[in-house]
Amino acid sequence: MIKEYSSILNVAGPLLLVEGVKDVKYEELVEIYTGSGEKKRGRVLEVDKDKALVQIFEGSTGIDVQNCRVRFLARTLHIGVSEDMLGRIFDGLGRPKDGGPEIIPEAMLDINGAPINPTARNYPDEFIQTGISSIDGINTLVRGQKLPIFSGSGLPHNRLAAQIVRQSRVLGGEEEFAVVFGAMGITFEEANFFIQDFTKSGALERVVLFLNLADNPAIERVSTPRVAFTVAEYLAFEKGLHILVVLSDMTNYAEALREIAAARKEIPGRRGYPGYLYTDLASVYERSGRIKGKKGSITLIPILSMPEDDKTHPIPDLTGYITEGQIILSRSLYRKKISPPIDVQQSLSRLKDKGIGKGKTREDHADLFNQLIACYARGKEAAELSVILGEAALSDLDKIYLKFSQAFEEKYILQGEDENRTIEQTLNLGWDLLRQVPRSEMKRVREEYLQRYYDHTDDTEK
Amino acid sequence: MRKGEIIKVSGPLVVAKGMTGSKMYDVVRVSEERLVGEIIELSGDTASIQVYENTSGIGPGEPVYMTDHPLFVELGPGLIESIFDGIQRPLDIIRDQTGDNISRGIEIPALERDIKWHFKPLVKKGDVVKPGDIIGEVKETVLVIHKIMMPHHTEGKVKTIKQGEFLVTDTICEVETKNGVVSLTMLQRWPVRQPRPYKERLAPTVLLPTGQRIIDTFFPIAKGGTACCPGPFGSGKTVIQHQLAKWAEAEIIVYIGCGERGNEMTDVLMEFPKLKDPLSGESLMKRTVLIANTSNMPVAAREASVYTGITIAEYFRDMGYSVAVMADSTSRWAEAMREISGRLEEMPGEEGYPAYLSAKVSAFYERAGRVKAMGEPKRQGALSVIGAVSPPGGDLSDPVVQATLRVVKVFWSLEDKLAYQRHFPAISWLNSYSLYVDDVSEEINKKVGKDFTDLSKEAMRLLEQEAELQEIVRLIGVDALSPEDKLILEGARSLREDFLHQNAFHEVDTYASLKKQYMMLSACLFNYNKARNALARGAVFSDIIKMEVREKIARMRYLPETEIDKIDKIKDEIVKGFDRLIKGGKIQEKKEEAEQDKKEKVEEAAGEENEKKNTKGTKESREEK
Repeated sequence: MIKEYSSILNVAGPLLLVEGVKDVKYEELVEIYTGSGEKKRGRVLEVDKDKALVQIFEGSTGIDVQNCRVRFLARTLHIGVSEDMLGRIFDGLGRPKDGGPEIIPEAMLDINGAPINPTARNYPDEFIQTGISSIDGINTLVRGQKLPIFSGSGLPHNRLAAQIVRQSRVLGGEEEFAVVFGAMGITFEEANFFIQDFTKSGALERVVLFLNLADNPAIERVSTPRVAFTVAEYLAFEKGLHILVVLSDMTNYAEALREIAAARKEIPGRRGYPGYLYTDLASVYERSGRIKGKKGSITLIPILSMPEDDKTHPIPDLTGYITEGQIILSRSLYRKKISPPIDVQQSLSRLKDKGIGKGKTREDHADLFNQLIACYARGKEAAELSVILGEAALSDLDKIYLKFSQAFEEKYILQGEDENRTIEQTLNLGWDLLRQVPRSEMKRVREEYLQRYYDHTDDTEK
Repeated sequence: MRKGEIIKVSGPLVVAKGMTGSKMYDVVRVSEERLVGEIIELSGDTASIQVYENTSGIGPGEPVYMTDHPLFVELGPGLIESIFDGIQRPLDIIRDQTGDNISRGIEIPALERDIKWHFKPLVKKGDVVKPGDIIGEVKETVLVIHKIMMPHHTEGKVKTIKQGEFLVTDTICEVETKNGVVSLTMLQRWPVRQPRPYKERLAPTVLLPTGQRIIDTFFPIAKGGTACCPGPFGSGKTVIQHQLAKWAEAEIIVYIGCGERGNEMTDVLMEFPKLKDPLSGESLMKRTVLIANTSNMPVAAREASVYTGITIAEYFRDMGYSVAVMADSTSRWAEAMREISGRLEEMPGEEGYPAYLSAKVSAFYERAGRVKAMGEPKRQGALSVIGAVSPPGGDLSDPVVQATLRVVKVFWSLEDKLAYQRHFPAISWLNSYSLYVDDVSEEINKKVGKDFTDLSKEAMRLLEQEAELQEIVRLIGVDALSPEDKLILEGARSLREDFLHQNAFHEVDTYASLKKQYMMLSACLFNYNKARNALARGAVFSDIIKMEVREKIARMRYLPETEIDKIDKIKDEIVKGFDRLIKGGKIQEKKEEAEQDKKEKVEEAAGEENEKKNTKGTKESREEK
């Protein structure tokens, strides 16, 4: 039974307190009709005896205490999903925004989903070739992984994400894939960049876009990633597609969450973010993965901008604790015109060990990237030293390392936006670079691989 | 069944009235969906309940059913190899019954009811049995003999005892007590928040070998001890926890995945059955109990999961086993407490955490220990707890880290700086500590080599000297150092790269026995001391660091446990190498001839080559002079 009340007690920020209600449920969906007849949506955040606290998705503009009516819909927030959503553009709550017809739902699903049983998960171990050396070679992405891009304002994270979307493929076999893109509080220009890029590469029919732009209601953003994931789950686990979910920008999402928490006068945690930010982010991120016996998968690339490039800020920090690694963009590399400016030392893919090696990429991959990183780190140290003391003060070996690290940045990390390197090319490039360093320094590589790959060169020798 | 009525719902917190007669920490069932909850506050006839499942769709007016018992775990055969959620529901069976996603209100007993176990009695009719006495046993897996103990508060004379195949719920024994005959089953229950009793607590003085070099050699943990590994994300906390779960020489492992990634639990589930225990050669899963409450599962159950885990661990401890509990991560547990506390509108302490945070943390770690168990036959068990802590931004002033450091005796400080250099395990050798070093040193020295402790102290001194010298190098460059100091840097580098660095994903390097650790450490230091000696006797630093044997030292880690005696041969080569360096390789020939007869031809060739190179090197160095 649907009940309607006009007994609004107060409105504060995005929250509305209704009294005298009966049989209201936690998280129940609410419709609010303002005096001018406008319809807004919201959900119940708390019920205490006969009082219900409602969060209004579209913001509280136009709501008054006297004339507003609140209708409780006796169901939680569900959205209709269908395969026809591919190629369409929706708003942050899943309503069509491209002028096209309404979706005829194949199923109605709760946007909160249900946690995947850990015993039902299949461990992500299928290598995804992004064609970007610093990802494929060093921070390998695998299917079903959640790998965020930690960026800062002014850094080319959108270009990187677009390149990943464009080039990603799984070795040995073309399978059906699709992209679910959730935009939260990004500008029209940024959203437009993605749409243009998808159009140009012909991927747009394989993309579902959920756009909550900077001028859309902030509170709606809290639902956007959940709506996006609900569709992604349906397409992946019911329809068997391989889904890449891109969420941009998680910082705006967390800020919307903070706005609600502040309006509820909750005790704030670090930097004013609610204490449950970790749990909340986890309930979004953890929806990606693979399930045993299901064909599809969900790979997640959330993008977040670190305020002041600070990785210890609560949003990147908590994200890093949930996701399986991170790709960190570095301002200093970008200044050196090294693009994509991936900081390979701080970046990490936790699942790479299972996704690389014989039969997946190549047997020498693991040893090779360990050695590359170790040499690069040594080179960076030498670089630091040479800044203080001058290059002359370096030992001969350190000079070699210094040269190596420069070559590594210029040849390995630096890569054009349309340059699509195969994993073979990336690995060979790594060995080519390593040959600048004496063989005795190759401590992280097994002897057999040294013989096969370090000693053996087909072209560039002498 | 008595019931109350919901008056408020706020996330995982539900308040109900009409709850007269319920006690603190009683389990209740919320609404007709029968969600599991626990009473955490009572006031008049209203009770605040933390609900272990998602509460969406629940509202005032719905019933709350009282059960009149606290949250308990089921103890008995069938625990090993299981995977439970935070309140001991079997996740694999849930999946069979309800699909890939976890739905609400599931009621499935923790232990499978339809498996028959072979029960072998160990007491006879007429025997007097007391609490904790072992009355029989069940071979649960190839590795674990599950001892069936007398429940607490029950004692008397055995009236009947059976032998054969039984379900966990079948009566296997009847005992005549003062209050009449009591039937016993293999299944027992124990409230999770109450530590299980023991006869006497002992000091933890026995080493718990972990196969991880930096841990065993420098910062060992004792059986029955407590350790924590705080570190920022990406520093390898979970890998260390997994490594310990795989290789620690404990008879039972309880792994609690508390609020962490779902894929990590999957990793454990898929990898452990494949891995072999180095001691018994059996699958590691045959001694493991998993508790999984991943970060997207309900937050309140996360709070309970550490208690569920440690209670199961205590139960095995009481059987006389050495048990290790890994809790990954205790920060998520503390955060769950914080969330509930916030919803209760309690006055917060630091960073919004409840004021009782530190009391709860200490009480949890204090459940570890080496004990004499209750009952006959006499036996000792140990329960070691290793907790990961995930401080925000890696900041060690975080309240959870501080509360933990006040109670634990071993601190493995994980540093992202090391992780960026891909130095794993990223345990800082300068900041970490273990208060068990002195307690366990005697035992290690007896077991592996009488100078083990001295070697580890010497190595640590070298690493400390390196840190000091690094400061100087940073200011004025490495060339300003004397050759002796350069050699210290070189020796420390060798320790770091050839000994401390350990690759968890390499099939051999992942585990090193104490013996191998001892030999590796000894070889590293032997090389360093020989080098110092050679330097004093006129060798040139640049020659020393060019020695071929260095490569062999770097590859010691890849020697399988069956071939570790090769490390001693490396020592021989070190001796030879330095002799050549000093004397130009002339006097050595006699010795070499004698040895050539014994050695394989391949090595011989390599040795000769070495010799040539080294001689050349020495000549050059002489020319320099």
